[in-house]
Amino acid sequence: MNELKKRIKYNKFLSSIFLIIGLLSTLVGLFLLTVLFVDLFIDGYPRLTYKFLTSFPSRIPEKAGILSAWVGSFLILFVTALAAIPIGVAAGIYLEEYGRKNWITNIIEINIANLAGVPSIVYGLLALGLFVYFFKFGESILTGGLTLALLILPMVIMATRESIRAIPNSIREASYALGATKWQTVQWHIFPYSLGGILTGIIIGLSRAIGETAPIITVGALTFIAFLPSPPITSDFPFLSFKWLFDPFTAMPIQMFNWVSRPQKEFQVNAAAAGIILMIMTLIMNGLAIYIRYRFRKKIKW
Amino acid sequence: MVRDSIKAEVKNLNFFYGNVQALKNINLDILEKRVTALIGPSGCGKTTFLRCFNRMHDLYPHNRYEGSIILKPDDIDIISPNIDPIEVRMRISMVFQKPNPFPKTIFENVAYGLRVRGISNKKVLAEVVEKSLRGAALWDEVKDRLDKPAFDLSGGQQQRLCIARALATNPEILLFDEPTSALDPIATSKIEELIVELKNNVTIIIVTHNMQQAARVSEYTAFMYLGEIIEYGKTEKIFTAPSEKLTEEYITGRFG
Ligand SMILES: Nc1ncnc2c1ncn2[C@@H]1O[C@H](COP(=O)(O)OP(=O)(O)O)[C@@H](O)[C@H]1O
Ligand SMILES: [Mg+2]
Repeated sequence: MNELKKRIKYNKFLSSIFLIIGLLSTLVGLFLLTVLFVDLFIDGYPRLTYKFLTSFPSRIPEKAGILSAWVGSFLILFVTALAAIPIGVAAGIYLEEYGRKNWITNIIEINIANLAGVPSIVYGLLALGLFVYFFKFGESILTGGLTLALLILPMVIMATRESIRAIPNSIREASYALGATKWQTVQWHIFPYSLGGILTGIIIGLSRAIGETAPIITVGALTFIAFLPSPPITSDFPFLSFKWLFDPFTAMPIQMFNWVSRPQKEFQVNAAAAGIILMIMTLIMNGLAIYIRYRFRKKIKW
Repeated sequence: MVRDSIKAEVKNLNFFYGNVQALKNINLDILEKRVTALIGPSGCGKTTFLRCFNRMHDLYPHNRYEGSIILKPDDIDIISPNIDPIEVRMRISMVFQKPNPFPKTIFENVAYGLRVRGISNKKVLAEVVEKSLRGAALWDEVKDRLDKPAFDLSGGQQQRLCIARALATNPEILLFDEPTSALDPIATSKIEELIVELKNNVTIIIVTHNMQQAARVSEYTAFMYLGEIIEYGKTEKIFTAPSEKLTEEYITGRFG
């Protein structure tokens, strides 16, 4: 009897040791993150003004702002989304619903999973060869957007496939049993039911893209731009212009990188302020992803 | 006495999952507007046989049919590669083992078969949805909440919704694969009553491993064992005076 009690006590002791280790690890992570954020905030706070958002970069730190940077980031992300979403979603649906399972699709599957882990600068090199030298898109917004699209394409494809896989097969069978074609089944069931997961994947992909620096430096993002791209809407017929696609660009992380590498102390403040804005953008996107996931989970439960 | 007319003739049917033969030389006639029950121990091929009738096996690779199933009155062979499985599924509906409504409204679940056929006229849809829900004895329970999610219904109601969904397209044959195995006894008896009701209008084939159920709802019963039909005949005869020893052993509960 005593043996048993001793044993239980010992087991409980082991159990509580792990509890403490786990708790400490969690706290360390949380603590570091908080310190990082607070530090950034204290550093950058003095420059967080409306003018900071509406000014071009400048040699005088107090006058410098992130107008060209955030507009650039926004436009690049727009191109990225436009390119990566349709291609990624279509590819994901094809692989899950249309592609027969054989060794070819297996190889494709393994490759896509691996692509998601390729260092982003490698995508930059690939894009430099493909978009800048081969297609001659120049060191432009179009090139930057397509580069990041390549980067997040595997993420979009995988998110699409995973959320399609969560749909029970009985739903497909119910649809086919009523005489539906494959496309009707995809259009009315597979796509709408997996949309929540797809959107979440897309937003997380985009929020990764917005912070990427290496690949867009590789394809020639400029570090100092004191003008905005040409406006997409014009006063003459046909009122739409795509000239902006071919304009040079900069982006938020590039601007930060530029400021951080300056010797003057004041530029470090600018960098911190830009960092805060970038972080807020990312947090908003991730929050949106969580919200969408929550909404769709509530609507569809298998 | 009027002789029963034949709705489908199964001739020398073999079925293969890849190299595995799951059905062996099956021959039987399905009679029009009658309930035919398929019974037999688990794994004997009941589901496999049933799913030949609406070409469900075509959805997966490496499945192969041999022989023919001739559908009357137009004498088409529904398992022939020349016949489009979609045409077959439009004429022969199926209700599955586990209720599988779509995560849509009650209305949209029932209307789905019509939407697939390109019908979008609101009045037509509303009429057919009501008629089908009445046919599935569900109308009174859901008429005030047609726009509510189908998932809010109980298991038994969901299964009747699936029956309504299958009825909406006026099928010539209705296939049931153990439709009550996931339901409680009250929901089960409702579905059984419904099946007896439905056979006035439609030919029914039902898989069940519940022998009382087969006895209660069917006029004809086929006993299957290891992919073969051991005995096929009037339900009364199968249950009271089977001619095969294996059948007798099964219905008296000595195996299975
Ligand atoms: N998709 C499949 N691939 C290979 N074998 C299968 C498949 N489905 C069923 N089988 C086999 O076919 C036989 C008949 O199965 P099934 O028709 O489901 O039996 P029942 O419905 O009578 O329980 C079983 O031996 C089963 O293991
Ligand atoms: Mg079965």
